[in-house]
Amino acid sequence: MHIMEGFLPAKHAVAWSAASAPFVAYGIYSIKKRVAEHPEQRMLLGVATAFTFVLSALKIPSVTGSCSHPTGTGFGALLFGPAAMAPLGAIVLLFQAILLAHGGLTTLGANIFSMAIVGPFAAYGIFRMAQAIKLPFGLSVFLAAALGDLLTYVTTSLQLALAFPDPVGGFTASLAKFAGIFALTQIPLAASEGFLTVLVFNALARYNARELQSMNLPIPQEVKA
Amino acid sequence: MKPYQNISLIIAVIVLALIPLVTVQRPEPGPDGKKVEIFAGADGQAEDLIKQIVPDYKPWFEPFFEPPSGEIESLLFALQAALGAGFIGYYLGSAATRSRLQKELNRPRVD
Repeated sequence: MHIMEGFLPAKHAVAWSAASAPFVAYGIYSIKKRVAEHPEQRMLLGVATAFTFVLSALKIPSVTGSCSHPTGTGFGALLFGPAAMAPLGAIVLLFQAILLAHGGLTTLGANIFSMAIVGPFAAYGIFRMAQAIKLPFGLSVFLAAALGDLLTYVTTSLQLALAFPDPVGGFTASLAKFAGIFALTQIPLAASEGFLTVLVFNALARYNARELQSMNLPIPQEVKA
Repeated sequence: MKPYQNISLIIAVIVLALIPLVTVQRPEPGPDGKKVEIFAGADGQAEDLIKQIVPDYKPWFEPFFEPPSGEIESLLFALQAALGAGFIGYYLGSAATRSRLQKELNRPRVD
C-alpha cells in the first residue's frame, strides 16, 4: 500500500497530508490523555506499535503472484481507539520512508491516510457493528482486523486512481487496474492479519485479562486453565 | 480457552502463505529469454502501472537514502520485524510470569 516517493502529483500529496494532519494531531492528544489516566497502559501502547512494526515488515506471497504485507493497525485500533493509530502508524511509515526508501516523505500523508486512518477506523467500526449484532468476540476481532487491512489497500487504489485516471476509461478504469494489483493481492493477507490479531488477543486475554477489562473490551473471562 | 484455536490460527497463516508458492506458475520466458519475475512487490507493480498510464510522469522527489542493495534492504526489514517481535515477546513473557506468580501467591498454603 506504500505509494512510492514522488509518485503522487504535488497537489495530491499536499491534499492527503492536510487530510491526515488533524487525525495525527488528535491521535497524539488522545494517547496523551489515555496515558495520563492509565499510566499502566503505556506498555500495551508499545505492543500495539510493535505489532504494526512486525506485520508491516512481513512481505507475504499472494495468489496473484505478487507480494504484499499486512498492516497490523486493527489491533491497536481495538485497544486504544482508531485515532490513536494515526500517530503510531505514522511512526512506522516514517521509519520505512526514511530508512527503507519504502513509501516516502511526499507520499507520507496519503500513506498515513490509508494505513493509519482508514484501516483503524474501519476496523473499529466493524468491530462495534459485529459486537452489536452479537457475533462472538473472536470472530468480531477477525472481521475487524481483516477488513480494516483490506480497506487500507482499497484506499490506496482510490488514491492512485484519483491521481492517475486512465486516459481512456478515466477514474473507474484506473481504479479497477490499481485495485487489481492491491486489493486482490491483499485478500489472503487480510485473512492472515485477522488470524494473527485474534492470536495476540488470545494471548492478552490469557495473561492480561484485568488490563483489557479496564479498556472496555468485552473480553471473555478466562475459564480456569 | 479453546484448546486448539491458537495452533489452528498459526497453521492457517502458514498455509495461506504456502498456497501461492505451489499454485502460482512462473510464465514462460518472453522472447528475450529472460526469466519472468514472480512474487514482486505490489507497491512496485503499482509504480509500473503509473508509468503505463502516464508514460511521461516523472517522480518529482527522490528518497534521501536508499538501501544500497537488496541484502541491506532485507537487513533493515528484518531489523524492523525483530524490534517489534522482541518487544511483544518481552511483554507477553513478563505478563505470563506475573500472572503465574500471582496465582502462586493466592494459592492457600498447605503447611
